[in-house]
Amino acid sequence: MDIELRNIHKRFGAIHANNDINVRFRHGRIVGILGENGAGKSTLMKILSGFQPADQGDILIDDRRIDYKGPTAAIANGIGMLQQDPLDVGAFTVLENFIYGGAEGLTLKRAQAEAQLSDLTARFGFELDPHQPIDNLLIAQRQQLEIIRLLALGVETLILDEPTTGISAEQKDILFDALRRLARDEGMIILLVSHKLEDVIDLCDEVVVLRAGLMVGEMDMPASDKDLTSALIADTKGQLVTMMFGEELDAQSRPHYEIGAPVFIADKLIVQDLRLDMQPISLTVHAGEVIGLAGLGGSGQELFMRACARIQRVNSGSLHFDGNNITGASYRQLFRRGCVFGAAGRLEEGLIAGLTLIEHTALVADDKLQIDWKSVAKRADTRIDHYRIKGAATDNIEQLSGGNQQRMLIGLLPDDPKMLILEQPTRGLDVDSARWIWTQLLERCARGAAIIFNSSDLEELVTYSDRILVFYAGRVHELPDVSRTSIDELGHLIGGEF
Amino acid sequence: MNEEFLNTLGSIVGTATPLVIASLGETITERAGVVNLSLDGSLALAAVLGFAAAWTAQEAGVLNVPMQIALGIAVAMLVGALIALLVGFSSIKLRRDQVAVGFVLTLLAAELARFLGADFTRIPGPQITRFNIPLLEQVPILGPVFFQQNLLVYFSYLLMFGIWFWLFRSSGGLTLRAIGERPEAAYARGAHVQRLRYWYTFLGGALVGLAGAAYSLNVKPGWSSPPAMQGDGWIALAIVIFGGWHPFRVVLGAYLFAALRAVSSNIQTNGLFIFGQEISFPFVLLNALPWLLMIVTLLIVSGGLTERLLQYMPRAVQHRLRAFLRSDPPKALGTRFEME
Repeated sequence: MDIELRNIHKRFGAIHANNDINVRFRHGRIVGILGENGAGKSTLMKILSGFQPADQGDILIDDRRIDYKGPTAAIANGIGMLQQDPLDVGAFTVLENFIYGGAEGLTLKRAQAEAQLSDLTARFGFELDPHQPIDNLLIAQRQQLEIIRLLALGVETLILDEPTTGISAEQKDILFDALRRLARDEGMIILLVSHKLEDVIDLCDEVVVLRAGLMVGEMDMPASDKDLTSALIADTKGQLVTMMFGEELDAQSRPHYEIGAPVFIADKLIVQDLRLDMQPISLTVHAGEVIGLAGLGGSGQELFMRACARIQRVNSGSLHFDGNNITGASYRQLFRRGCVFGAAGRLEEGLIAGLTLIEHTALVADDKLQIDWKSVAKRADTRIDHYRIKGAATDNIEQLSGGNQQRMLIGLLPDDPKMLILEQPTRGLDVDSARWIWTQLLERCARGAAIIFNSSDLEELVTYSDRILVFYAGRVHELPDVSRTSIDELGHLIGGEF
Repeated sequence: MNEEFLNTLGSIVGTATPLVIASLGETITERAGVVNLSLDGSLALAAVLGFAAAWTAQEAGVLNVPMQIALGIAVAMLVGALIALLVGFSSIKLRRDQVAVGFVLTLLAAELARFLGADFTRIPGPQITRFNIPLLEQVPILGPVFFQQNLLVYFSYLLMFGIWFWLFRSSGGLTLRAIGERPEAAYARGAHVQRLRYWYTFLGGALVGLAGAAYSLNVKPGWSSPPAMQGDGWIALAIVIFGGWHPFRVVLGAYLFAALRAVSSNIQTNGLFIFGQEISFPFVLLNALPWLLMIVTLLIVSGGLTERLLQYMPRAVQHRLRAFLRSDPPKALGTRFEME
């Protein structure tokens, strides 16, 4: 199967998300779709997979013009998409999810489906227990299930949106092996949307780059069976970044700061949890220090951070902040002393949908009975200016794009905190926005703030952390020397190899 | 076994039937992600209009008795279904809050029932008669308890198994559960989310209407003011939660509730004797007994406790038990669904 997109246009209000896109995807090829946040790559993939109609333009499959509406029609035409958060049903078992959407007739024919499921999992070296509920699975397993399900439906083109976020190096190898086999052996088209340039260079045969809704370039990737030297990777990366942003970005590294006195001490801390068997954690954080927490989602790092921020129950051990024992304190008390927690769920916990930027600013302003709206509005405007947020002070927060929401979240942090505990501070942001966020954070470090953060982006962890703690199933391991740890080693460590 | 005791159990099954049917109806509605909070009012309005239809037919001398009853049931089901459709329409189409709309409708329907029922108060009308099931009624213990009842009771058994089969054994049931859990996923697999939500709300409402008819044509025949079933709608809503949205557990909950009620009314009339000694007891407290039991059960099945226990079970029974013991509501319950 070959796919051709011709003159695709899509507008959202004033934004021209896809502006006259023309591109061809040939069978057996793995193609990377690159672009910064808002470049239009997700929109294009949603059009191709039927989740959104194009305003204008044609989709041709094997030179035949195809008109389809809805994701099921796209699948019927052989095009399936794996979403970043796989579109499965958490309360269903693996088997039910596999059956759902494909079954015909009244009853479920479980035995037949189970045989097909175990066939497909064995073929790709996946490990899936058919009777586990989806809620108990890791994101990598949910991806595997979704891929298998789409294959069982006869898909010949597979679109993957950020599939390497939140999975271990080993799981990534399994995934990439499977994708290579699908392309080489079965002639499938694999389209990979990703921010991680290393992954794209490693896996893809060619890339397509979008910028501000326009297609700005195509490029062949160096063959992966040839030895990929680090010089070649760095060179290719440079070229891709130039295409994506229209300019070269300086390599950012962690500037060296003086490490000050200890501000935060966790002593043999055991966090309470029903599912994980949490081991005691001891950690001393100094002023100006950045501590990175690595681990697959749900390995205990989130619990530890929340325990440090005093919003998660502690079984035993003690916490000290700024010379005070805070083991039994509340987050509010911590906040007053200069420790700030930033949650990963932007709209769930970090920001409040339905409130404007001004109202958000008022929320973090001093506790006075009456709000001085004029001065708050002025302060909101200053922040919008300083943090280069695309949006008006009177906009509701959910009207902003994800990247701008994240900027606002950072903008709401106090200027001189003693400590920041941040969950995935750059989740879902492109390279440029992520760097900008870190510039802001490191400025605060230079003024003496300590940072504890977690991330599923291993490069981010290695780049910005002074020390890294690796979590696996409640166990913790501290890296002896971050500067000598490669991303690949870290990828194996988060898979529990320590 | 003591014959009197078996008769009591049989009458508990009989009086629990309206609750069983109403709770099962609400179960499928909520499984689809819609909360129909109008139950209490719907039951009353369906009961009075169903009774009025059957009685009018009887007075006019048209139709034979079974058909008069059938007419009453049909009217009651239509009433329940229409009220449920209003909830569905305002939440799906007009995007109003389901809880608010349901709450207002329950008050409205209850008042309407009193108003329309004024002319039908305390008059005898047609009644559903008992019909023993041959052979099965002979089975010891089970026969007198379950199979010497009326058609509505038998229907409630079929309904329970039917809903269980639909939810867990059919592909249509997978879609039903999916639209209540994660409508985006259902949409991506070809389900017409809104249309199905309408349909299951309608169906659930019709069953609530049927439950209303089961009161006025059988369990508490006729109509009185205040209505005999007042409050039972709220109880049915609680039973759905107690039953973890699983038809077997929901039915169990309804029977348990009816049994506790029978115990408490027995104590109220005969007094409480322990070892021949009469104990004085504030009877009002007895009415709180079912609720207390419900809370305790919910505490046991919710939280991480069941998941921990399940780990010790053999693998083969694990996933079956998990479906039965779950206590989480459908994740998309009460939310709107919009596809870009």
